[in-house]
Amino acid sequence: MDLLPEPVAELGYLVAAVCFILALKGLSSPATARRGNLLGAVGAVLACVVVFLSQDLDHVVPILVAIAIGSVIGVPAARRVAMTQMPQLVALFNGVGGAAAALVAGMELTATQRIEGPEGSGALELPGLAGSSRGGTSEWFAYLGRGTDVLSLPATSSTYLAAAAGAFTVFVGAISLSGSCVTFAKLQELMTTRPVIFPGGPLLFGAVVVAGLGLSLAVVVDARDSVVSTWLLVLLGLVAVAVGVLFVLPVGGADVPIVISLLNAFTGLTVAASGYVLGNTLLLVAGTLVGASGTILTRMMAAAMGRSTASILFGAFRGGSTAGSTQLSERPVRSAGAQDVAILLSYARKVVIVPGYGLAVAQAQHTIHELVDVLQARGVQVLYGIHPVAGRMPGHMNVLLAEANVPYAQLKEMDEANSELSSADVALVVGANDVVNPAAKNSPVSPIYGMPIITVDEAKAVVFLKRSMRPGFAGIENELLHDAKTTLLFGDAKDSLTKVLAAMKSV
Amino acid sequence: MSDGMTLLTFFVLSVFVGFEVVSKVSSVLHTPLMSGANAIHGVILVGAVIVTGHAHSSTALVLGLIAVVLATVNMVGGFVVTDRMLEMFTAGRPQRRAGAGVDSGKGA
Repeated sequence: MDLLPEPVAELGYLVAAVCFILALKGLSSPATARRGNLLGAVGAVLACVVVFLSQDLDHVVPILVAIAIGSVIGVPAARRVAMTQMPQLVALFNGVGGAAAALVAGMELTATQRIEGPEGSGALELPGLAGSSRGGTSEWFAYLGRGTDVLSLPATSSTYLAAAAGAFTVFVGAISLSGSCVTFAKLQELMTTRPVIFPGGPLLFGAVVVAGLGLSLAVVVDARDSVVSTWLLVLLGLVAVAVGVLFVLPVGGADVPIVISLLNAFTGLTVAASGYVLGNTLLLVAGTLVGASGTILTRMMAAAMGRSTASILFGAFRGGSTAGSTQLSERPVRSAGAQDVAILLSYARKVVIVPGYGLAVAQAQHTIHELVDVLQARGVQVLYGIHPVAGRMPGHMNVLLAEANVPYAQLKEMDEANSELSSADVALVVGANDVVNPAAKNSPVSPIYGMPIITVDEAKAVVFLKRSMRPGFAGIENELLHDAKTTLLFGDAKDSLTKVLAAMKSV
Repeated sequence: MSDGMTLLTFFVLSVFVGFEVVSKVSSVLHTPLMSGANAIHGVILVGAVIVTGHAHSSTALVLGLIAVVLATVNMVGGFVVTDRMLEMFTAGRPQRRAGAGVDSGKGA
């Protein structure tokens, strides 16, 4: 359909781009976040309507069917997924987005364009990239003979630029796809969440990256006749898949969210690059917005965990922080039974609960809510102290607890929780370790020194529910575990909480 | 100004806007923001529709339709899952709201 003239279509794209900017802006503040997301959806729908109305498209029915299929897959997946599994779903969505961008750019680089000449004088087949020099179609008719002519056009500098952008899209889009699949496998625990390191890994990674860059260069050179050979792009895509896998394998489980965020920014940039290839300003602007905001977000997430992005991505390669030392201390700890913990909690006046990764893994958020209800019925004041990076992603813990219907008023952010802790009788740490490690405050040599923590050591007594004495993901021992006022209850967080709950009901 | 320069200008300005809009986000919203941004790059659907609509060979058509499906999953799924996350925030905010069930998911 050609219902909309080009200026109107461009205006539609502009409105959609503004929607996206306002959506990101809205998502930055709790009060406007939901509206922001809806605005983003409105922008996306508008963009799709504009493209159908403004472009002269073939195959409209199959395309609409494909959109329907995509919705039938995407909506139920998004609706039904358990909130604890949401990070991996986002990773998967991101991966398929990267794959789509790679396909779009690859097809545009290899496509030919058919133009019907005036008065049935014949037709021209133009190389796909000829469109990016945008001379307008009329001048091509100078070449026109009888029947269909296939033209081979000399490349201009903009052809080479478009080919470079296309190679970038295929390369990074495929990295995004395979990397996201590995993060999915890690978060879904289809594979180990520990860093996967093997001898020669960094060398192999370096080799495939160099191969990918070489192939990208080959794509640009190959564009000299304005069309790129398909097998070159397929090869580039395959190499990029290997790069993505090797890139994510060495990253430890707890750092995976940061990688998801980074891959999200990557996909944004591929969308921007494919926008350049297609000469579509909306794709360029939207992709760049996501790429830029995703980069900042990745850095903020890393900062909230007290690490630099580089140390997460390359730490494992160097055998550094993520791999960590897992040697166990021989010093004694005081472990207790569920009964003791139940008594300790029941006779407290004020309890601060610090939930962490372990609580999310054990899916114990409903059990802890039940426990808190029992405590409150006994007149104990209970608060949750939420570290900014508690859970599997920043802010994830708030979502999990909200899902378990924990009232918002009980959730205290770190600073507020810390001011409550000095007057707390018991700090109950469920499946967290590094975020309460006093080494971050006291020990300048510690790798986590400087990371903001929840100061549970200020409470009169500390109870840790832990699976084992293994250090947290930072691989650093926690002095607090050996402190005289600390009690440990070993076991899966959900099992332990259930036992404590049962014991408490009989106290 | 050439088309290439125009696109470059858009690119550079968008980078700054992208940096600016998320510079003051609270850590609580990192996850939904990432998810929302993820949904926005699903707009690659527009590109997928364009290349599919201009496909001449059946291979290109099939690949294009795959791209359309994938992009739709990214876009539609992304907005719906973000909305679900944010719904939890707003549902938890007022102390007790009758019937604020866990699964009353409303899509975008």
